[in-house]
Amino acid sequence: MNKLILGRYFPGDSWIHRLDPRAKLVAAIYFIFVLFLANNWQTYVFLWLFTTAVILLSNISIRTYLRGVRPLIWLILFTVFLQVLFTAGGEIYVDLGPITISKFGLINGFYIFCRFIMIIFISTVVTLTTKPIDLTDGMNALLRPLRKLKVPVDELSLMLSISLRFIPNLLDETQKVMDAQRARGTEFGEGSLVKQMKTLVPIFLPLFVSSLNRAEDMANVMEVRGYQSDVKRSTFRQLSWQQKDTISLLVMAMLTVALLVLRSNGFGH
Amino acid sequence: MAMQISFDSVTADYQIGPIRSPRVLDSIDLLLPAGSFTAVIGHTGSGKSSLLKAMNGLIIPYDGKVTIGQTTIKAGKNKKALRAIRQKVGMVFQFPESQLFAETVEKDICFGPLNFGVSLVEAKSIARVVLKQVGLEPSILSKSPLSLSGGQKRRVAIAGILAMQPDILVLDEPGAGLDPIGKREILQMITAWHKEKKLTTVIVTHDMDDVALYADDVVVMEHGQVVKHDKVRSFFTDVNQLNEWHVDVPQARSLQLQIEQETGIKLPGVCLTLPELADALIEVGIV
Ligand SMILES: Nc1ncnc2c1ncn2[C@@H]1O[C@H](COP(=O)(O)OP(=O)(O)OP(=O)(O)O)[C@@H](O)[C@H]1O
Ligand SMILES: [Mg+2]
Repeated sequence: MNKLILGRYFPGDSWIHRLDPRAKLVAAIYFIFVLFLANNWQTYVFLWLFTTAVILLSNISIRTYLRGVRPLIWLILFTVFLQVLFTAGGEIYVDLGPITISKFGLINGFYIFCRFIMIIFISTVVTLTTKPIDLTDGMNALLRPLRKLKVPVDELSLMLSISLRFIPNLLDETQKVMDAQRARGTEFGEGSLVKQMKTLVPIFLPLFVSSLNRAEDMANVMEVRGYQSDVKRSTFRQLSWQQKDTISLLVMAMLTVALLVLRSNGFGH
Repeated sequence: MAMQISFDSVTADYQIGPIRSPRVLDSIDLLLPAGSFTAVIGHTGSGKSSLLKAMNGLIIPYDGKVTIGQTTIKAGKNKKALRAIRQKVGMVFQFPESQLFAETVEKDICFGPLNFGVSLVEAKSIARVVLKQVGLEPSILSKSPLSLSGGQKRRVAIAGILAMQPDILVLDEPGAGLDPIGKREILQMITAWHKEKKLTTVIVTHDMDDVALYADDVVVMEHGQVVKHDKVRSFFTDVNQLNEWHVDVPQARSLQLQIEQETGIKLPGVCLTLPELADALIEVGIV
């Protein structure tokens, strides 16, 4: 559990760290969409160059990013595998009726693999370089227009920031309770599935109890301090949009243009 | 049977995701003899809790080795050793009441013994014995741990560890957050159990009076290192040195120093408790 990278913040002072969270969010979400423009090796090479540049700019070692991929690697490989088996076209290497391994299948599988990895890398860049609290502020700001549609944006982002705030506590507490039960002779990850499930009870129950207690305390404290959900509020942390944020969005636009130029237009497919 | 605990240039740390905390335990050499009662003191964050965890194999040294009785833990796989050690070392964590989970107090106390292969009948009879030891009534056995008061929960949690019948008892601030009387009762109960079962006991505390009253030896930790390991009495002799470690002085000792300064008369010996101080005062004829 301590190895989990996704969703962790990595303090630092790189160019990417200093970007406005709104810019980072927009750029990352946009990146996932432009990824679908890529359809030949030139575009993929280009996207890889871009991803590598962003990773280098974040000043966090590539090993950290690779570790972020690790928990998902089987899921990715499985998807890629299906893609390989069920795409036909080009030279055929193995033929088992509806299941074939063909040239197109392999190429397609490889492309999808790249897409997955790049999506993970880029979203990891965002979470590693942005404080959770800034991330929620950014989301709140981006979702603000939805208020007109009566979406409770502020409540949602408050819920999000409270949950994010308590993830480290919950992890700490899990670790503590696990240690305590280990000291009483529990062995995790041992024996049959049923046995392993049973070892979870002494972990989850204390965690539930303490989480519920904490939620209640929290609610009381908010009430006592006069929190009300339906008032207009100003923010303590101000987001400030700067030149480099605009530049980063321009870079995304340039990336799009480059992809449009490099991609093969319908030929070859 | 008491067992000794020995640390042989142990270096260890925690790994959180990609971040390695630097040397939480830093080349520690330490020998706690069989049957000793040792208090571990030091600043917050100095590594006291981590030292205790290393005694129970909850953190594994990446350099050096920890030996408990005949069993050794060092870097690498230790499955058998860990099981043996956890059976021998009973560990009471800081705020141990957060580990209670079973529907009844009885089931919770039996959890440890059952994990180590004790029969249910035997575990239940042990539960009664340890419950009495921690000063609770048998009627509590059928209650839910969640319905108890904070002090009662603490006692039940400690009973759950005593029920494992460990040879070594390791306690991380067992009195934290309790009222003074409750705290004293728990420490006295631990001392009694230590003597009766001839255990090797290690206790973390911030209260120097606890050190003076209950412990034989004292270990001072600073930045992950053991900077002092001494008998309690000689430890509290040199007050200037204590100031350097920001260690308080037990009440009686502090009063002794004050009296010595005011009267100019040097009392015989180092007084750690009020009765000792009273005796010393009578001896020199001040009272
Ligand atoms: N689970 C953990 N993960 C990472 N680092 C930890 C963990 N527990 C403790 N540390 C770090 O190890 C160092 C020593 O912590 P430890 O808990 O051993 O101190 P302590 O002396 O028991 O302090 P206290 O008196 O506050 O209980 C601290 O710097 C702390 O930040
Ligand atoms: Mg501690």
